[in-house]
Amino acid sequence: MSAEHTGTAEHTGQPSPPVETSLSVEIWRGRDQGRFETYTVPQRASQTVLDVVTWIQRHAEPALAYRFACRVGVCGSCAMTVNGRPRWTCRTHVSKVADDGRLRIEPLRNLPRIKDLAVDMTPFFEKWQRAQGRFTPTRSRADPLVAVSPDSPARKAADAGIECINCAVCYAACDVVGWDRDYLGPAALNRAWTLVNDERDGDRRGVLKAASSGGGCHSCHSHGSCVEHCPVGINPTAGIAGLKRRSLIDMLGGDLP
Amino acid sequence: MIRPSRNHPGFWAFVAHRVSGVALALFLPLHFLVLGLALESDAALDRFLTVADNPVFVVAEWGLVTLLTIHLGAGLRVMALEFLPWRDGRKGLIGLGAIAAVVVGTIFLLQIG
Amino acid sequence: MTPARLFLAQRLTALILVPLVLVHLALILVAVEGGLSAAEILDRTRGSAGWAAFYGLFVLAAATHAPIGLRNVIHEHTGWRGRSLEIAMIGLGLLLAGLGLRAVVAVVAP
Repeated sequence: MSAEHTGTAEHTGQPSPPVETSLSVEIWRGRDQGRFETYTVPQRASQTVLDVVTWIQRHAEPALAYRFACRVGVCGSCAMTVNGRPRWTCRTHVSKVADDGRLRIEPLRNLPRIKDLAVDMTPFFEKWQRAQGRFTPTRSRADPLVAVSPDSPARKAADAGIECINCAVCYAACDVVGWDRDYLGPAALNRAWTLVNDERDGDRRGVLKAASSGGGCHSCHSHGSCVEHCPVGINPTAGIAGLKRRSLIDMLGGDLP
Repeated sequence: MIRPSRNHPGFWAFVAHRVSGVALALFLPLHFLVLGLALESDAALDRFLTVADNPVFVVAEWGLVTLLTIHLGAGLRVMALEFLPWRDGRKGLIGLGAIAAVVVGTIFLLQIG
Repeated sequence: MTPARLFLAQRLTALILVPLVLVHLALILVAVEGGLSAAEILDRTRGSAGWAAFYGLFVLAAATHAPIGLRNVIHEHTGWRGRSLEIAMIGLGLLLAGLGLRAVVAVVAP
């Protein structure tokens, strides 16, 4: 069942406003139980999906729950499922995704729902910690800086993955995350890979062990949905492959370079 | 439940790999049992093979040969992704693997006929 | 069996199986020409140490490779996981090895 809500104001005794095109937007309301509600939203030039959701909350449905912060694609808060694909809503132009002026917006997949479009990111970050995706420092401010060559293969591998802003789009796109509750997921493993390649980290072996334990890198089947969907262009599948290789070398008695 | 967004070549390569793998794993014990007929006598195996000349079996054999080639191709792709340096042209491998399976299946049908 | 060990076993047996499967496919394509008979198979294999080694290796590699793969399929698409699944997969491996080596003996014994 869906309910129609219209928020455009009526003008009387005034010259008629230009004819606006409208979007028909279905939004998930509720939690696991719930329904899609349809809203009619005026279409504007350069409108993003986040603009649409915000318009709905301000003009049509004050009780709509959703997340955003920077609205310019640097914070990772506004990720939702738009017409079936997980994306950043602040960087998704309506004109690019609304077929026939229709949008369907749902919360991210693979994460517990809180309300409407807001999901609980706790499992995502717990897995980050389980993969030991945290830096282990070895120096104090009194010590000289480490001279890391940006051209070294390890640094290049790390640099390819450090732009991650923890938006969980890859996590939502990943099939294995959906099938295997123990799987740490592409973001956590990508972070582990950047640390395994970071010569400044004091426990790279620990990171490797954590990332190659049960539910770790070996559970990846290289579908590459993470690569397909990452808005920053990171390639977690390649990083996870790197973890697989390193874990083999480690098991056969080799050392981390 | 939201349907996953997965209509891309890497996902389909995985599906082909998994489906062919399960089919082959189910077939393998039957294959071993049939060959084991030769323990009785050569004639016992021959009798089965005569039965297997009928069209249903031929289609099944064609299916297995094709599935084996698909599984081989998709497996090589996975190992290339895991052990060789990453290249963006990997999607081309999927096409190659699919073509190889069609070629092998076709040769089989030509040989049988 | 740690994930890393299972991964190594899976990839290693895969590498072993690649040339064996290619030879097997080529043989099939040649042998099925004009129909298949027991003699066509057995004339080649009976009393041959070489084919015994080839198919023996094939069986052992496949009997290791298949259960590890199935383990993932079961683990991801059903609720079955843990110790009992591991034991079932080892059992399957032994069954495949047993049936397979019996088949090798069947076609190779003079």
